[in-house]
Amino acid sequence: MGVEGIGARVARKEDKRFLTGKGRYTDDMSVPGMKYACFVRSPHAHAKILSIDVSAAKVMPGVIDVLDGHQLQADGIGNLICGWMIHSKDGSPMKMGAWRPLAYETVRYVGDAIAIVVADSSGQARDAAEAVVIEFDELPAVTEALTALEGGSPQIHPEAPGNLIFDWQIGEADATDKAIASAAHVTEIEIRNNRLSPNPMEPRATLGIYDASEDHYTCYTTSQNPHVARLVMSAFYNVAPENKLRVIAPDVGGGFGSKIYIYPEEIVCLWASKKTGVPVKWTSDRTEAFLTDAHGRDHVSQVKMAFDANNRITALKVDTVANLGAYMSLFSSAVPTYLYATLLSGQYAIPAIHANVRTVYTNTVPVDAYRGAGRPEATYLLERTMETAARELGVSPAELRRVNFIRSFPYQTPVIMNYDAGDYEASLNAAMQAADWAGFETRRAAAAAKGMKRGIGMSCYIEACGIAPSAAVGSLGAGVGLWESAEVRVNAVGTIEVLTGSHSHGQGHETTFAQLVAGRLGVPLDSINIVHGDTDKVQMGMGTYGSRSGAVGMSAVVKALDKVEAKAKKIAAHLMEADEQDIVIENGELKIAGTDKTLPWFQVALAAYTAHNLPAGMEPGLKETAFYDPSNFTFPAGCYIAEVEIDPETGKTEIVQFVAADDFGNIINPMIVEGQVHGGLAQGIGQALLENVQYDRDTGQLLTASFMDYAMPRADDLPSFTLSHQNTPCPGNPLGIKGCGEAGAIGSPPALINAITDAIGHNRMTMPATPMKVWHALQATH
Amino acid sequence: MYATSYHRASSVDEAVSLRGTAEDGKYLAGGMTLISTMKQRLAAPSDLIDLRHISQLAGISVEGRTVRIGAATRHADVASSQAIRAVCPAICDLASHIGDPHVRQMGTIGGSVANNDPAADYPSAVLGLGATVVTNQRSIPADDYFTGLFETALEEREILTAIVFEAPEKAGYAKFANPASRYAMTGVFVAKTAGGVRVAVTGAGAGGVFRHAGMEQALSAQWSPDALNAVAVDPSNLMTDMHADADYRANLIKVMAKRAVAKAG
Ligand SMILES: Cc1cc2nc3c(=O)[nH]c(=O)nc-3n(C[C@H](O)[C@H](O)[C@H](O)COP(=O)(O)OP(=O)(O)OC[C@H]3O[C@@H](n4cnc5c(N)ncnc54)[C@H](O)[C@@H]3O)c2cc1C
Repeated sequence: MGVEGIGARVARKEDKRFLTGKGRYTDDMSVPGMKYACFVRSPHAHAKILSIDVSAAKVMPGVIDVLDGHQLQADGIGNLICGWMIHSKDGSPMKMGAWRPLAYETVRYVGDAIAIVVADSSGQARDAAEAVVIEFDELPAVTEALTALEGGSPQIHPEAPGNLIFDWQIGEADATDKAIASAAHVTEIEIRNNRLSPNPMEPRATLGIYDASEDHYTCYTTSQNPHVARLVMSAFYNVAPENKLRVIAPDVGGGFGSKIYIYPEEIVCLWASKKTGVPVKWTSDRTEAFLTDAHGRDHVSQVKMAFDANNRITALKVDTVANLGAYMSLFSSAVPTYLYATLLSGQYAIPAIHANVRTVYTNTVPVDAYRGAGRPEATYLLERTMETAARELGVSPAELRRVNFIRSFPYQTPVIMNYDAGDYEASLNAAMQAADWAGFETRRAAAAAKGMKRGIGMSCYIEACGIAPSAAVGSLGAGVGLWESAEVRVNAVGTIEVLTGSHSHGQGHETTFAQLVAGRLGVPLDSINIVHGDTDKVQMGMGTYGSRSGAVGMSAVVKALDKVEAKAKKIAAHLMEADEQDIVIENGELKIAGTDKTLPWFQVALAAYTAHNLPAGMEPGLKETAFYDPSNFTFPAGCYIAEVEIDPETGKTEIVQFVAADDFGNIINPMIVEGQVHGGLAQGIGQALLENVQYDRDTGQLLTASFMDYAMPRADDLPSFTLSHQNTPCPGNPLGIKGCGEAGAIGSPPALINAITDAIGHNRMTMPATPMKVWHALQATH
Repeated sequence: MYATSYHRASSVDEAVSLRGTAEDGKYLAGGMTLISTMKQRLAAPSDLIDLRHISQLAGISVEGRTVRIGAATRHADVASSQAIRAVCPAICDLASHIGDPHVRQMGTIGGSVANNDPAADYPSAVLGLGATVVTNQRSIPADDYFTGLFETALEEREILTAIVFEAPEKAGYAKFANPASRYAMTGVFVAKTAGGVRVAVTGAGAGGVFRHAGMEQALSAQWSPDALNAVAVDPSNLMTDMHADADYRANLIKVMAKRAVAKAG
């Protein structure tokens, strides 16, 4: 069964339904009596609400009810929370302002929800939403983090004076400053990480169903982690106790982080279903998605990197300001701290590191994790700095990296992380060879002869996946544990259901998780079903983000499979009158090692359920559960090389080649891994060349609120990628997996900007490197 | 989208009369602009009068060097018309780069020219070719037709029926697409016509599509990309937005004009 087990390029089981339009998404769900919701949203970035008049809306055709935040508050529904506590360096807790699911005192960004209209059709709900009359007292708005910190800026939350949420640090300030003071060379650079809109293909949606006869709620929702949604809605928002709330995340069309968080709409639709007595469905339109889905990135950092006379890095000092938007979203505080600054050692042995991070409220949509979450920011900062340093020091970028690579493991960085395994030079060498780095100058000259400017750039990234262990993240402020659960249910005929707390929204778990089981037991892939995304079916789970499903979710399946196998072996040994130790499982059979005595898998399963002849004292059935809590993060790493050709007349950048050499540990399905890398690269390239959320500085209106202005990467913006792997198995989990879901988005932006600055001949370029910016940058060199 | 009533007109007269009786009617062609505006609730016509099934608006004819493109002709049909390609490949090339295949299968030349989006491609061809905009009431020379951003000489109920032009001796179109929308961030149509050289610029002007006199003079003197080297493009009447400022657009106008001349041969 090697053709279907780990390492096989198995076609995705789920693709048949996706590609034939038979996927079942939240918006496809329909229940008797269901009605449609439309949210009334703030047109202002910052305003006091003086009055909300729903009387005209309530009598519009088809309208069932119009509800606002006063009623929600009166019913005891709680405010939205951030689930990760960060303390400032003075010991004070982060200053979290109130985020009401429906604002009734103050609105703080364009799109802030104020009221919900429930009507017979979505058109009628929209019509009535326009008839809700709200009197506002407009307040000045601020959209940029640095401006928001300045004295005299609009104050956004009374709880956070000066809009500062926390002022946090990590590492050794004194040692870092000392090393910088005595350095042979110090590279200084300002790094800006642009703000991005996640834009999953499926917009957010939710269907809230209240059953009065059972006093029970069901919530269909576009979630990456339905159990966390249930936990938070029960424990913090008082929607319903957990046993009275079922959350189902059916097929979900992409998330990229934006569907981790609990948003006002799920809470309000559930509550409104009880209030109105009808099931309430809401589906975001694309404009609402731009306005209200949590954005990503948006950092400004000042960086100093110190070197000794041998070009070894002696210290890194970083001062970052991160924009968290108008409210603290669920994991917003963790992203610019423990998911970012802990990666600032990169692939390099840096004796002293100090990072200071200030997070800031602004009148913009909340910012939270987006594919990579903190690690792209760290990687961009480090790899732009390394490139800049190499140019200043007059050494090749590869040489500077080689001199500083970490070469023995485990390696303890000064910023918490303990790297377990890796071979950074292997990926660097593979990438340089694949890109024919040595032949670049010839290609540059050939391009110059055509009037084009070529540049080449590299990026050596490291990232951390499978955020863990629970006790450690708890000590750092996490409100949840970060383990995963699995249940392996063998049916009486030997077919298998695997219930997992991981959630697939494009990753292909129905295939990869089944490959694990097929490979272990030697049973056909088709006999294995993966069940996920329903809190009534799967007992508990932490969901999918941070490339954790393979490393953590599948490890839990391994643990449950160990138990299933152990019991199956006991039964087989009993039936074949052999010693349990001598039983092996191969090709769908249990056999006595070294003999030709076998029992087919299904027969053992049947025996477990008929229970006619089980070992004395054994319970019937063949079903096992496991929880897996990892001992450490995993550390994928690699080297990416971009080669670009710029048309100096227009400033347009063409990517002539892109090489990705990754170490993902062991690989379950190479085809799916390649797909993940391709998608990640597309998003990283999007960040580097195209994507940029822009707000009007004065009014706080979102200027990039549609695809007419927000430039998403398209197929013809991308080259054909050259991929390779230099895998070192991860010692921390039973499958040796590291994770591959975010690497592409993490490693690629600096490679591109390094290539572009190489081509234009100076270092002044921010993301996205649009044709206009590149053209202006070229004028500056002339 | 707000509720609306759909009517399918089978003749120009019927369309005009349907529009006359409608409270707040709008003509509908490919709907690529109008329907999305309605979906965003930015337009709320009480009635839509579909022009796509009117035979007078359909079809392409080339007689001698006179080209007539019916208003309801889709971009894909212009792009693939062998008859037009034989006399004026530049407009086929232009049509083949409008939007994506879906848009080209639905959007029409009449809709595009009636709409006169400042970043649309066709207006530059109509102006650059010195075409005639034919309506159910009159014939309007291109130079009098485009009057501003989304503004044209069309009257309230007037129906654009065809675009007519004499095939030029040479013509070329070069477009620099907006990275997000892929509309023209700057597009330049150049043509050597019987009436002289014409250079029309779309996507860049603060007042919509316009002709560039300096380039026309330079190309009249010498038809070659290099003839444009010395021509200055004044940024003062050009658009500035988040994708391109006026200086950059001024540069693109020149670069695209040179490329258009090179394509024209
Ligand atoms: C995704 C996308 C990408 C696009 N990219 C481009 C691009 O790159 N370049 C470009 O130029 N365009 C682009 N477009 C616009 C496209 O070309 C449209 O087809 C065009 O703007 C309108 O044509 P239509 O036939 O769809 O007209 P409709 O949307 O039906 O109508 C547009 C307007 O014209 C009026 N109208 C239509 N026909 C007539 C007529 N015969 N007489 C009088 N009034 C009439 C209507 O009442 C309406 O006000 C794009 C559109 C989309 C959706």
